[in-house]
Amino acid sequence: MELTLWTYEGPPHVGAMRIATGMEGVHYVLHAPQGDTYADLLFTMIERRDRRPPVTYTTFQARDLGGDTAEMVKTSVRDAYERFKPQVMLVGESCTAELIQDQPGSLAKGMNLPIPIVSLELPAYSKKENWGASETLYHLVRTLLLPVVPPPNTPRPKRDPQLRPKANIIGPTALGFRCRDDIREVIKLLAEIGVDVNVVAPMGATPDDLLRIPDADFNICLYPEIALTTCTWLQRSFAQPTIKTVPIGVGATRDFIAEIGKVADIDVSEALKRSQSDTLGNWDVSRLSTAANPNASRLPWYSRSVDSTYLTGKRVFIFGDATHALAAARIATEELGFTLVGIGTYSREFAREVREVAKKHGLEAVISDDYLAVEAKVAEAAPELVLGTQMERHIAKRLGIPCAVISAPIHVQDVPARYSPQMGWEGANVIFDSWVHPLMMGLEEHLIGMFKEDFEFAEGHMSHLHTAPAQELRSPESAIAPTVHAVSNQAVLTPLAQEVEGITWSADGEAELKKIPFFVRGKIKRNTEKFASDRGITSITVETLYEAKAAIGK
Amino acid sequence: MALEPCTEVPAINTQKINTDLAVLKERGQREVFCGLTGIVWLHRKMQDAFFLVVGSRTCAHLIQSAAGVMIFAEPRFGTAILGERDLAGLADANEELDRVVDQLLERRPDIGTLFLVGSCPSEVIKLDLAKASERLNQRFFPKVRILNYSGSGIETTFTQGEDACLGSMVPVLPHSQDEPSLMVVGSLADVVEDQFQRLFDKLGIPVSFFPPRRAAKLPPIGKGTKLLLAQPFLSDTVRSLISRGATLLPSPYPFGIEGTTAWLKTAADAWNVDKEKFEEAIAPQVNRAKIALERYRQVLTGRKAFLFPDSQLEIPLARFLSRECGMELVEVGTPYIDRLLMDSEINLLPVGTALSEGQDVEKQLDRCREARPDITVCGLGLANPLEAEGMATKWSIELVFSPIHGYDQAADLAELFARPLERRRRLTV
Repeated sequence: MELTLWTYEGPPHVGAMRIATGMEGVHYVLHAPQGDTYADLLFTMIERRDRRPPVTYTTFQARDLGGDTAEMVKTSVRDAYERFKPQVMLVGESCTAELIQDQPGSLAKGMNLPIPIVSLELPAYSKKENWGASETLYHLVRTLLLPVVPPPNTPRPKRDPQLRPKANIIGPTALGFRCRDDIREVIKLLAEIGVDVNVVAPMGATPDDLLRIPDADFNICLYPEIALTTCTWLQRSFAQPTIKTVPIGVGATRDFIAEIGKVADIDVSEALKRSQSDTLGNWDVSRLSTAANPNASRLPWYSRSVDSTYLTGKRVFIFGDATHALAAARIATEELGFTLVGIGTYSREFAREVREVAKKHGLEAVISDDYLAVEAKVAEAAPELVLGTQMERHIAKRLGIPCAVISAPIHVQDVPARYSPQMGWEGANVIFDSWVHPLMMGLEEHLIGMFKEDFEFAEGHMSHLHTAPAQELRSPESAIAPTVHAVSNQAVLTPLAQEVEGITWSADGEAELKKIPFFVRGKIKRNTEKFASDRGITSITVETLYEAKAAIGK
Repeated sequence: MALEPCTEVPAINTQKINTDLAVLKERGQREVFCGLTGIVWLHRKMQDAFFLVVGSRTCAHLIQSAAGVMIFAEPRFGTAILGERDLAGLADANEELDRVVDQLLERRPDIGTLFLVGSCPSEVIKLDLAKASERLNQRFFPKVRILNYSGSGIETTFTQGEDACLGSMVPVLPHSQDEPSLMVVGSLADVVEDQFQRLFDKLGIPVSFFPPRRAAKLPPIGKGTKLLLAQPFLSDTVRSLISRGATLLPSPYPFGIEGTTAWLKTAADAWNVDKEKFEEAIAPQVNRAKIALERYRQVLTGRKAFLFPDSQLEIPLARFLSRECGMELVEVGTPYIDRLLMDSEINLLPVGTALSEGQDVEKQLDRCREARPDITVCGLGLANPLEAEGMATKWSIELVFSPIHGYDQAADLAELFARPLERRRRLTV
């Protein structure tokens, strides 16, 4: 058993639902107890879909367990086929059905329906949502395309240079983070360099579309968590190369274009040159008109303009699925000038890549799906900004740290009405706005650092967010903590107090610590205590604090 | 000033219900929540309680999908997720549970009551949570009380989760020395509870509310306790309370003016409150409510309503919509009908109302589309898809999350049904 306050992923059958719901002409019969239909709400409410997901649940109850639950499966399969007439049917079980072992997939296959049946084996007690989605997509594509796989080692015929290259976009699903707008942005990028889109799957595709996948010259693996297994199989079976760069961030988008140029053997230098044109902020009327050049991002200029100077070295902690965490790390450090103080992912399948990036920054990656472990790591790193999932919002609220969402799991507010991709040029614009927004604006930050006793602009107050400052929680160790309105560092301190045994703060030391801007106070406190313990100092005074500051720097 | 007579109090029919009441019983795919969902409001009602589900990732996912839009600095529910080791019997379930509970209580030393909540997986593999909570109580009581109930989908539907939760608290209610008092049973919004408290004070009836606002402050129970139900889905809780000596006062539920009056009258009669005093106590609120309700009655009257099964509130709500708002009932679906708790309501429904118990969702949707009701009361899995088909819907879960009981909420309750219609009238794009 594992204590889980918040789970980063749903069970694997939710991943299968994301594939079925993203597509047309596919129906999913799910052997599941009454109540598991809650998953419909993920699509009808969180994603605001206007149709029920194409899922039929057997919804067995306790009284059915003594009877023939296998018969319920057959009835559901039969009724679903009669009513919806799908072109392909997925059949699988949820976690409870896995325990009663009715083998719904084999049952359905034995019913001789005139359509392909994909039997899903998704172990609910060891695997999770993204794996379920990836596995479902793979089995679906494989079931449909296996009959047309050429003999091994058949080379791909050369593309006629008169024809524009064609690409498949693989990976966007229902309930994916910003998939809806990412696809539009990527199609725009491809159009810019003269590449046509063959099939987008699973989002919006029919089984017939999946049959056309081999017609493309290469596959774009847009969301590796969902698509890598399928792309690898397509590469093996049809010799289609895979584009592996995920175009999130300005640099990554340029690399993405360059990689396609290489794989498709086309000249992309024009597009790359255009994308540089905004760096120096050549603002002219055309840029501000509705016909603005969409083939460049404003992020580089926004990030270079002087009001972004205060962003330099802001300490950021990043957590999410591997794809979005890796992209965010690059943007945060290379495009916004933040300092990475923590990075992690819950996608174990991609742990290696995340570990490498962490190592580059002298960090140890947090590879975990345990919310409490992530919370402890965030507290320990004492960042000034958390870029994470819906779950990191809870952590950030508890620790009083600004936060922006960069990855699933998400909730309704991250399926916005407005165009809000993460990918491509416009994605970088969206990212600049949404990551900088939670931080305190520069002027306010300076004034709060200078004048501590304002009746309105108190510690931790961010007037542009209309939020009142968080109440300081008293740490049990400090007998003299006056209730200053400040962000609590208690969570940051408590484990530390046990780490650094026998160190106390003198009254003047503690008073001085309170004068340090709240968003770096946790870090300074930690550094000072370490400095003291390294030198055998037991009581931290004002002097110790400044000595530590001089020794360690900001 | 002479008091105006209040609304007619419907005579409570204590005879056997007419047995020819046709209830359509359906089986098939059910589009309903499981009882775990009750945690979403129970954690707010009792702030010193924590709900630990013992189940799978699906259970964890359900609760966070429902409640996770709120951001919690301190979570008040969680899941002990079963892994393959637990299923294979490699790990001793009781040791595992002890470890998880230790970890939890260390993080949250302020928890006063811990509910171990059973789920489909834990019920299917027959994990004995009752024994586990007994054992844990020996370690943690009196600092923390450990209780257990099942919120599994195979056994409970949506609001039955509250029934199971309250049921688990009944055995630990203190004994009341048998002096007469009234116990109002079922989660009520704080503001409504306060209104009822004032009314019972006026009537001179000593009252307690169950569940309490703090799980540590349990109301006493004994032979003098009379039960008045505020919610219609408390079948098991009522029976356990009766087995501890309490008496049930059967009554319609306090929705709308008529329902609230009948409900209060039931208590007043049990305490022999005289008619004058009763009229005087309720008059100001009744008059207010009439004025407020009229506005919405004009909007709703003559409109057709179709209610999908969800919470067992459907029958009392249908009664309110037809008798006080003038609506026509196409079909009233409910997940479960308990005659002991529902007869007073069923007797007030218009003769020939189409009642259905259980669900085959596809067929029910066919009937709904066929009837083209003016308003369809249904869950969130169906609401947007039906709206897209051009039907006005009222999502039913809101009825569990809003103050809808009592006089001063009668108009609010009607407004919930009028609002989707008003919204459609306003929108031009």
